[in-house]
Amino acid sequence: MTDMELIFEKSRPGRSGYDIPSCDVPERPLEELIDLEFLRDELNLPELSELEVVRHYTALSRRNFGVDTGFYPLGSCTMKYNPKINEELVKHPEWEMLHPYNPPQWSQGSLRVMYELRLFLCEIFGMADFSLQPAAGAHGELTGMMICKKYFGRKGERRKRVLVPDTAHGTNPASSALCGFEVATVKSDTDGNISLDHLRQMMTEEVAALLLTNPNTLGLFERNIEEIADIVHVKGGILYGDGANANAFLGWCRPGDLGFDIIQVNLHKTFSTPHGAGGPGSGPVGVAPHLVDFLPVPRVVREGDTYALKDDYPHTIGRVRSFYGNFSVLLRAYAYIRSLGAEGLKKVAAAAVINANYLRARLKPFFDLPYDRFCMHECVFTGRRQLKASGVRTAHMAKRLIDYGFHPPTVYFPLIVPEAIMIEPTETESREVLDRFCEAMISIAREAEEEPEKVKNAPWTTPVKHLDEVLAAREPDVGWQA
Amino acid sequence: MLTVIGVERVEELFSDIPLHLRLSRLLDLPSPLTEQELTRKMEAIREGNRLPGLCLTGAGAYHHYIPAAVRHLIGRSEFYTAYTPYQAEISQGILQAIYEYQTMVLSLTGMEVTNASMYDGATAMAEACLMAIKMNNLPQIIVSRAVHPEYRKVLMTYAGAYGCEVKEAPFGGDGRTDLRALETLVGKETAVLVIQNPNFFGVLEDLAALCQLKRMKGVLLSVVFTEALSLALLKSPGQMGADLVAGEGQSFGIPLNYGGPYLGILAATRAFLRRMPGRIVGATKDGEGKRGYVLTLQAREQHIRREKATSNICSNETLCALAASIYLSLMGKNLKKLAELNVKRAHYLMKRLSEIKGWGRMFNTPFFNEFVMRTPNSREVMERLQGAGVMGGYPLDGDYPELKGGIIFCVTEMVTRREMDWVVSLLERG
Repeated sequence: MTDMELIFEKSRPGRSGYDIPSCDVPERPLEELIDLEFLRDELNLPELSELEVVRHYTALSRRNFGVDTGFYPLGSCTMKYNPKINEELVKHPEWEMLHPYNPPQWSQGSLRVMYELRLFLCEIFGMADFSLQPAAGAHGELTGMMICKKYFGRKGERRKRVLVPDTAHGTNPASSALCGFEVATVKSDTDGNISLDHLRQMMTEEVAALLLTNPNTLGLFERNIEEIADIVHVKGGILYGDGANANAFLGWCRPGDLGFDIIQVNLHKTFSTPHGAGGPGSGPVGVAPHLVDFLPVPRVVREGDTYALKDDYPHTIGRVRSFYGNFSVLLRAYAYIRSLGAEGLKKVAAAAVINANYLRARLKPFFDLPYDRFCMHECVFTGRRQLKASGVRTAHMAKRLIDYGFHPPTVYFPLIVPEAIMIEPTETESREVLDRFCEAMISIAREAEEEPEKVKNAPWTTPVKHLDEVLAAREPDVGWQA
Repeated sequence: MLTVIGVERVEELFSDIPLHLRLSRLLDLPSPLTEQELTRKMEAIREGNRLPGLCLTGAGAYHHYIPAAVRHLIGRSEFYTAYTPYQAEISQGILQAIYEYQTMVLSLTGMEVTNASMYDGATAMAEACLMAIKMNNLPQIIVSRAVHPEYRKVLMTYAGAYGCEVKEAPFGGDGRTDLRALETLVGKETAVLVIQNPNFFGVLEDLAALCQLKRMKGVLLSVVFTEALSLALLKSPGQMGADLVAGEGQSFGIPLNYGGPYLGILAATRAFLRRMPGRIVGATKDGEGKRGYVLTLQAREQHIRREKATSNICSNETLCALAASIYLSLMGKNLKKLAELNVKRAHYLMKRLSEIKGWGRMFNTPFFNEFVMRTPNSREVMERLQGAGVMGGYPLDGDYPELKGGIIFCVTEMVTRREMDWVVSLLERG
């Protein structure tokens, strides 16, 4: 296979895929309307017919792997199936073509969806209120940490530090740093939970918050959650919940009841809105009663029978983005919750947890488990047995899975597990798919022993192999030049 | 499956959750709906929305035509059901598309480096300011009051949390940022000047003079845009000498969506490459020397650098970036013609509205497709237009009390001469 041409290389002068409507106002030379000094001469965009554009992007799509292509057990990312009806529902012009400044009386449908989604999230997570404004999980985290900072600012306390466990997502420390907090790390114990002793030692009155993911990134529920909340609250701190793993407990427990003060929810994970090859996501942030005043504005409220946007909240942190949030993502999540209802959501969590434990049980004889206990929605293995025996690394096995037709799991995360393999099957996969995946993993474990080179040199079946990441970083080429 | 796991009941798998903290009831949510019922339900809710017969509002979100091929292609589920392309070998499709997108952004903005997208224009602007603050190691940002009010509010939120200072620079009687006032505001602590072009009033700023000022004062200049289509026609911020460019790409094939998802665009000079937030796609070679694409410079990012990362961005708006690149590929050189049509139609409406008794232009300065009219009473005008199913412009009274009666009108290719004549006749009736 040869290089795939860039769209610029396919360009031919004079072609276009779209005709501009004719000018129906009196023709005046452009220079009379805008002085020449403001106008540009060169603009390098590709010139192609519509068919050529369609073929180009169709060809690119065939070089991409999505949930619809196959099993995508990317740990921590919750790559579940995205029901097609939700994609259809959002396509109506009355949703799609609504300007954000459309008068509220003409936007009651959209406002209602936001208002009700807010209430659903409050109920599902046991929080007092939610803001739907953040555009992604990390944006929700940032919003949460801004709330935290404002809260202590208002109390006249200068708390300069936050704590994160050594299993935390990288976004947790990064979001905290954007709010000017120092970040200190709390160790995990031998069971894969946060070490209570270390937490007690670290948790002082200088600490604003503990950012905790529960279940944590080992896929394990923090079973000492009550003690953890207690340790944080006794010192006046905030317990922040990273809701990235909420798929595990929907309908079984609620972060608000567990003692969390703030939580962000990733609608593109838990509530099945598509990931869009990297985005758009949506990261609503929920808070306990004492933090409601600090939520971003505007907020959607109901006054009698009408819905409205309000931004008159004196203690708000302010706006965290333009307009109101990623509305079409909110709409999909709303439709998802309406389709499943309470029982459906509880079944989601049950099936997700069963699927992960099934993989854990079936693969346990072949791969080492750093923490051997029931997991929640994902399970984390280590590839150290294979590395020791034949020099085959987790990265190699991940690439080899591609040859078997699967998207690799998350690898080398969480950081405390050497050669980590983090598998999240989600609830939407059947036992047959899980069995085929297990057979592939077992076969790779055997290959690692018997023909390690086959694994080390994988993948064998993709259009490009062994891309030189060092070269890419050393001589960055981030845009094509003719 | 439970037998393989070694449990009898699913509840055993949830045994780590302390019993008394488990939810002993079902969640209080509406009953589940089948697909057919859901469709009915959503239709009923949708009835609460009403599309205006005609939209004359821009102010950060623009009603442009979206060619059918854009929607069709971003609906390919190999794209929209994928995650961030961590596994390059099976993600060459989106990686190449984003590399092409980055190339188009560099061409439009005239800058040297960019990324795979930001959340929206407002957060892109805020992150550009933080880049400047860190680059110059100075604590102050000066932002023009002619920058979109919501963008300035987002900046205040980000700056407040990060701990830097924001000062606002006034605009003059021509609707442009007041250069003389700006000059006196810039001090030893100033890291960056933030200017929108075309600005919130639609007015073209004097970028040449601003660049001269920034060079003289030794500060950075960040140029912001909300109407990306203007880039097709106007000298690029890069050509003029901007250090950072941040803006909203919604005009390029992304539906209005009641405010999101949109497309944050961020570009900069090469000096900022390793300070860029978010994902960056780079070209490289594979083991056989074939061209390929990867997420690059990941050492900047949160999953590697954690609290020392250049930003916390993980998810971005890739699918919107894909829509924009498909849109721009379809348009090609016609993008410039489309921009011209916007200019001509907008100038037509401006001229016709100026002829109405009691109306006048607020600022007599060149503009792109938005302009401010001084009306006798903006509320009355908006109500009269709404009565006829028209979404008038953006009234300025709330954000700019000194511009009482002012309304920003926006005219895109979606508004025909006949519709404009009709609107004028509605307003002329007094």
